[in-house]
Amino acid sequence: MIAQNKPEKYKVKIKRQDGPSQPAYYQTFEVPYRPGQNIISVLQYVAANPTTTDGKETSSPVWDSGCLEEVCGACSMVINGLVRQSCSTLVDEMLPEGNTITIEPMTKFPVVRDLFVDRQRMFENLKKVKGWVPIDGTHDLGEGPQESQADQEFRYALSRCMTCGCCLEACPQFEKDNEFIGPQAIAQAVYFNMHETGKHLKNERLDALMGKGGLNDCGNAQNCVRVCPKGVPLTEAIARLGRQITVHAVKEFFMGSKG
Amino acid sequence: MGTQPRVIVVGGGLAGLAASVRVAEAGTPVDLFSVVPVKRSHSVCAQGGINACNKVARQQGYSEWQHMDETLYGGDFLNHQPPVYEMAHWAPKVIDLLDRMGVPFNRTREGERDLRLFGGSLFKRTHFSGASTGQQLLYALDEQTRRYEAEGKVTKYEFWEFLRPLINEDGDCKGIIAQDVRTMEIRAFPADAVVLATGGNGLMFGKSTMSVICTGAAAARAYRHGAWLGNPEFIQVHPTAIPGEDKCRLMSESARGEGGRVWVPRKKGDTRHPLEIPEEERLYFLEEKYPAYGNLVPRDIATREIFWKCQEGYGIGGGRMVYLDVSHLPTETKNKLKAILELYEKFTGDDPTEVPMKIFPSVHYTMGGLWTTYQEEWRDADPACDPSDRKTIVEDGKICGMKYGDPKNMVTNIPGLYAFGEVNYQYHGGTRLGANALLSCIFDGLYCGLSVANKAKADDSSKAADLPQSLIDKNIQEEKDLLAGLEANNGTNNPYEIHRVLGEEMTDSCTVIREEGRMLEARAKVAEIKEQYKSIKLSDTGSWTNQNLLFARALGDMIIYSDAVLETAIVRKESRGSHYRPDFPERNDEQFLKTTIAKYNPQSNTPDISFEDVPQPMVEPRARTYGSVETKKDDKKEAAAAK
Repeated sequence: MIAQNKPEKYKVKIKRQDGPSQPAYYQTFEVPYRPGQNIISVLQYVAANPTTTDGKETSSPVWDSGCLEEVCGACSMVINGLVRQSCSTLVDEMLPEGNTITIEPMTKFPVVRDLFVDRQRMFENLKKVKGWVPIDGTHDLGEGPQESQADQEFRYALSRCMTCGCCLEACPQFEKDNEFIGPQAIAQAVYFNMHETGKHLKNERLDALMGKGGLNDCGNAQNCVRVCPKGVPLTEAIARLGRQITVHAVKEFFMGSKG
Repeated sequence: MGTQPRVIVVGGGLAGLAASVRVAEAGTPVDLFSVVPVKRSHSVCAQGGINACNKVARQQGYSEWQHMDETLYGGDFLNHQPPVYEMAHWAPKVIDLLDRMGVPFNRTREGERDLRLFGGSLFKRTHFSGASTGQQLLYALDEQTRRYEAEGKVTKYEFWEFLRPLINEDGDCKGIIAQDVRTMEIRAFPADAVVLATGGNGLMFGKSTMSVICTGAAAARAYRHGAWLGNPEFIQVHPTAIPGEDKCRLMSESARGEGGRVWVPRKKGDTRHPLEIPEEERLYFLEEKYPAYGNLVPRDIATREIFWKCQEGYGIGGGRMVYLDVSHLPTETKNKLKAILELYEKFTGDDPTEVPMKIFPSVHYTMGGLWTTYQEEWRDADPACDPSDRKTIVEDGKICGMKYGDPKNMVTNIPGLYAFGEVNYQYHGGTRLGANALLSCIFDGLYCGLSVANKAKADDSSKAADLPQSLIDKNIQEEKDLLAGLEANNGTNNPYEIHRVLGEEMTDSCTVIREEGRMLEARAKVAEIKEQYKSIKLSDTGSWTNQNLLFARALGDMIIYSDAVLETAIVRKESRGSHYRPDFPERNDEQFLKTTIAKYNPQSNTPDISFEDVPQPMVEPRARTYGSVETKKDDKKEAAAAK
């Protein structure tokens, strides 16, 4: 993986924006190369030494990050044109594309400042699909339902979704100003529909995903599954939900009620 | 603000979310504050699992009592017994609840929850969900919180930072001052009880396994405004982390639990590729010294042994790393560890299923934190107590637990201000057993959440609604002045550079080995840093999402907290739990079977330190040896008797 003949220094071009309604601009910084560097350590270097290649002192760039271990989902960015987690993106992987690494904020969410975007919409979508198991309460009511290894494994894969937004950034159907709920929330609906108690809200989840902005808006481009850092089986989830909705719609048609 | 009581929870990790769910369920509305979206809290990083004596473990001879005993033995008896008793006995119920919430725990063929071995125990009692148990547990509680949010019982304030507790003239906590880190707005939020569930302080040590948000600033701010710290000197260093440019990444204890072996070349400075070093030329030093526990010795012991081996020159290539080897394990086991092994490959480029991993200890968990208390309750021993251990229960067969729902449980010295989870010093004593962190956090939230709700409803003091406006204004103004002071600073010192020096100094002087001379040097260095901090230079003076300013403020808090850690580490002249003092190599119960309390002195800007006895109502302290073959004869007998 480690490319040969690394430069002593390289350039980082960062897209800046001072606030939500401010114009965007680019600034370039020079960073000394060190083996094992990831994009976060590059940003940390720039934040501590915010002088551009033109010698202009500027403000430290702003970004969102948390665990730096690729589980919290905070540090999604567009790096050299591809959306990914900046903590798990190594400089060595990015430099072959030239002597400059370009770092930009995701484009499908409103910018708060610089590389920091507002992904609240994703959390709101989890409310729309009732993304929870409707337990009676926290009192001691004994064990949960048994589960097969196979079901656990599929649910585990879905449960690793860290709401990072990469799938939405890559999705051609998801736009800043449209209603499409996107693969992340669809996969979560499938996750809860699989659980013995979670199933009790299945019909409500399917209703929420049948209308405008729901599953029908998916164009099946399959970009989502290709960019997901955690390998969440998004397209399989979308297919499963499609079948669930078909059955649900047929039942509704014949029984005249949601059943 | 109406007259209905409200509760504020600060922190959206396991402890904060469990507390929010429990308080909302008790019918009291909750305002939940978090500096990041709660789903991104540091709890998400926990990999290994969560301990509880379930029915399978019980049939193998394990009991809740033993879980309590292991926790106390592991903690070198600095933990209070009643809360630990209660935690261990609630643990199976906690797991059942999480199971009902839909956590995808690993399953056996029959569909039961699977168990794994973890350090500090010879029984399989750790429940897990792949190698990302923390993530799954956090999400389950996040989902239940979202459910209450959708019902209007929980209001989230994400991207808000806690600045200080709001304390009324009677000395009671009646809310908080907080700041929106995007708009930079500073506001007061009155409440009838406040829970701080703000986690650990790893960033104080520069690189650690913690998230970048774990600065300890919230605890330091409570401390500056009168909350005491308990055992701040106790910091856990995890034996196996992957050293990195920006941080140290955890390599879960489950790698050892599933059969991973720690070794170094027998020949010092051996530069051969690990696969070229034959078995007989490898030194499996943990297995040799601790035949019973082997690679499963608790964290402090593994850490110290690795540290010593490197000091003796046995580290890989003579450096500060050793091998953690899982390459010999069967494919099925490797699959079980897939997530953590992938993490290693992703961040280092090496495939650990084929080549041994290179690891070194790193700061990992904060056992100390805000000092708290609880309401004891004596009652008949639980039938689950192991009968062979009955003799250790006090004479009349009674045990000492906590009184459920009592407003005193896990309250700080400031009435109305609670501390839950990692920021609470109670459960882990001198060091923490693996897979007990997730449990203590959720247990605090669930069990003591009712205590908070009861406090908020109690009619024993003035209400948040009665807070005088002048007091609110004064508190807000002081926070604004603090920021203005930082902004107006026209110095030359870079806050990131100061932080780097502070972290290196603290890691070097105050982690595994604590030499008095080195700590005194560090004390002088921190005093110097305090001076430098007075003249820092900000790169950003904007009034919108100014992370530079927010970091500089947190740095001030980290310096204050570092002081407390250093000073208490210096006065504890013994070796206990996580820490080894070469000048005082033995544990000294006579002088130090005590909680260290640090109280902030605003005049001197340093801590005043005192000690408080730790009562041992149920289990007698004993030597902590884990069957080491090098320990004294007497210790061995005691250890054997303990098993």
